Parts: sequence; C-alpha cells; structure tokens
Amino acid sequence: MFDPFYPFDWLATQIVTRLLGLSVESHLGASLHFFLYDVPKVLTLLIVISFVVGTFQSFLQPENVRQWLEGKRTLGGNILAAMVGIVTPFCSCSAVPLFIGFLEAGIPLGVTFSYLISAPMVNEVAVVLLWGLFGLKVTLLYIGFGVGLAILAGYIIGWLKLEKWVESFVWQFQKAHQDNAQEDNLNANHVTWKQRFQQGWFQSSEIVRSVWLYVVVGIAIGAGIHGYVPTTLVTQLAGSSNPFAVPVAVVLGVPLYANIAGVMPITEALVNKGMPMGTVLAFTMAVTALSLPEMVILRKVLRPQLLAVFISLMTFGIISIGYLFNALLV
Amino acid sequence: MKPITVEVLGTGCKKCQQLEANAREAIAALNLEAEIFHITDPIEIAKRGVMSTPALTVNGKVVGKGKVMTSEEIQRLLQM
Repeated sequence: MFDPFYPFDWLATQIVTRLLGLSVESHLGASLHFFLYDVPKVLTLLIVISFVVGTFQSFLQPENVRQWLEGKRTLGGNILAAMVGIVTPFCSCSAVPLFIGFLEAGIPLGVTFSYLISAPMVNEVAVVLLWGLFGLKVTLLYIGFGVGLAILAGYIIGWLKLEKWVESFVWQFQKAHQDNAQEDNLNANHVTWKQRFQQGWFQSSEIVRSVWLYVVVGIAIGAGIHGYVPTTLVTQLAGSSNPFAVPVAVVLGVPLYANIAGVMPITEALVNKGMPMGTVLAFTMAVTALSLPEMVILRKVLRPQLLAVFISLMTFGIISIGYLFNALLV
Repeated sequence: MKPITVEVLGTGCKKCQQLEANAREAIAALNLEAEIFHITDPIEIAKRGVMSTPALTVNGKVVGKGKVMTSEEIQRLLQM
C-alpha cells in the first residue's frame, strides 16, 4: 500500500545508518530511528491538518450547525449531530455556551449530547496522532466507533428524558430566545478567503506552539521504550491476557486531556511491544471525551445526576469498545 | 461624547487574549474613550447569544464571533 510517510522513514533510516553508523536493529539505533521518524512526521501532519481544519472552520460556525439541527427529532437528529461533530472544531471552553445555545433553539437534549460527545472526541489533534502513529485504518475505526458511541449515548439520554436534571436557568434562555430570534447572524457571515487562510494559519500555529513540546517529549519517551523495554514486560502488564488493562487505560486517560499529544507516542511504542489496539482506542477516547476540565465546565449547566449519567454511559461505552476491539483484532 | 463599552467574550484562551489586545489597539488608534470588559463566565457569554468564542460586543451588540478580529476590522466597527 502507498505509504505517504515513506520519505520520513527513509530520511530517518539514512541518518541512523549512514550518518551515525548504527544498525536500526540495535537498541540505540532503534530508539533514534523511532524518534527521528516520528517527530517530523507528527509535526508535519499537525501543521497541515490543523491549517486545513482552521481554514474551513469558518464554514461551520456553531450557528450553522444549530440551524441544521433545529427541528430534527431523535435518532435522525442524533445521527446528524454526531456526524456534524466530526467536522466541526470544538474547544471545551465553548461547551457551555454551545449547550445553552442548542437547547434554547429547541434542539432536543439527547441530540445536543450527541454533538457534545462527538465534537471533542473526533478533533484534529487526536485524528492526526492516530493517523500518524497507527495508520488510516485505526483512525477510521476510531472515528466510526466514536460516532457510534455519540449517537447511542445521546439517544439514551434523550430516551431517559433527563431534561429535569439540566440546571433550570438554562430553560429560561429558551423563552428569551424565542423573543429575539430574528436578529441573528448580522455580519458574522461575511468572510473572505484571505481571512479564512489567516484563521487557518492562526489555528495551526497556535496548536503547534502549544503541543510541540509534548509531542517531542512523548516521542522521546516512546523511543526509549521502543529501544530498551523488553516486549515480554509490556505483554504481561498491558497485553490481552490482562483483563483489567482496558478499564485501567480509561481511568488513566481522564486527567490527561491537555497531554494527548505527549501520551499517544508512548502508547505507540507500547503497541509495537504487544499492547492490543482496543486498549489504545479506549484510552484515546477517554482522554478526549471524558476530559476532566470539560466535566467541570459542564457542571455549570448540568445537575450532578445528569453529569453522573453522562459519565457512566461514556465510561461503560468506551470500556465496551475497548474489549470488543481486543476480542476482534487478536 | 458618551464612552463606548466594549466586551471581549472568551473563556481565557489565547485567541481571546489576542482579541482583547486587538480591541485595545483599535481603541487607542482611534483615540476613543472606551471601557473594555473581558467576560469569562460561560453563562454570561451564552446570555449574549454567543456560541463560539472569542466574540466582541460594542455597546451591548454582538459584532463578531468565533474569530479573532484584527485591529483594523474593529476600528471599522467602532466608527460606524
């Protein structure tokens, strides 16, 4: 199969073998090759993809998404919301305004949740890292199962009729909204291509500036594991024979939100040593969809009961996906 | 002349700080008398009908959201 990353591989191999005179089979050579291959590859992907996403972001303002979802009923609405979540950028800092904005437009609670789950889970940094480190197939599986989980969890929340566990002030917005619904989108829509590219560039440089160090350090640790940690140790601790590996990975993922860029390269090295893929997928989903800062922010609009339902559904779903994968892909 | 009220709506991300800096620059460039507030409470942001941050309001009216407006853009809006 065509490997778009071949030039990076070639270059890393040349540096290790020709320049440094090491074999890529040796401990040090293997570690160096891992590092020299992964750092440029991941950073390049990150720059390109976040630029593309940032540029096209201007077409997908939350106001557009809200319009598409308005009037949609359950299931159909859940599916659409989860799909739209793939392509829209999301920052946990805007989770609350978004949540209120959706509900005030009359979008059902479950549909809102489907979007709220899918949008952060399928974000550009996670996709870049999965694609760069584990390949396209794993990335597509991640997106597929992530969207599936978003649809199902949102549908269940809608079906349980948990509107009573949304903080009551949120519903007052709904009334206010109906009074002044017309004065929306006055001049927010007029964007030139130059501005779109500027926005893309801004986004890209911002993401790279904030994660590059994590990427480099993470890959360095991964490189160390790759060259020096024996395979048997990894298979014993995190292999498919350890039934607790998946839940432990999920629990570990929750507080790691900001550091996904640093942690994923470490998991790559562990996968090379025999950690099963389902464990990695579950871990990544926990990092993106169950992040601690987002839960704290959502508490402003959700009563603890609803937050608990949400977290339990997600935890259960993610762990099931992890086990399912490990069972299917062994 | 009545002083202008400008609000930067954002939860403290870098983009929001950039927008605030641009707004201050625009106000200084036009030599206007204006008060700038940085609103970080997500509920206050939602109350203004904004779903994507950073956003900017002038005298209580949302003039831009979901992007970092440049100082020139803001100057144009302030002169209207």
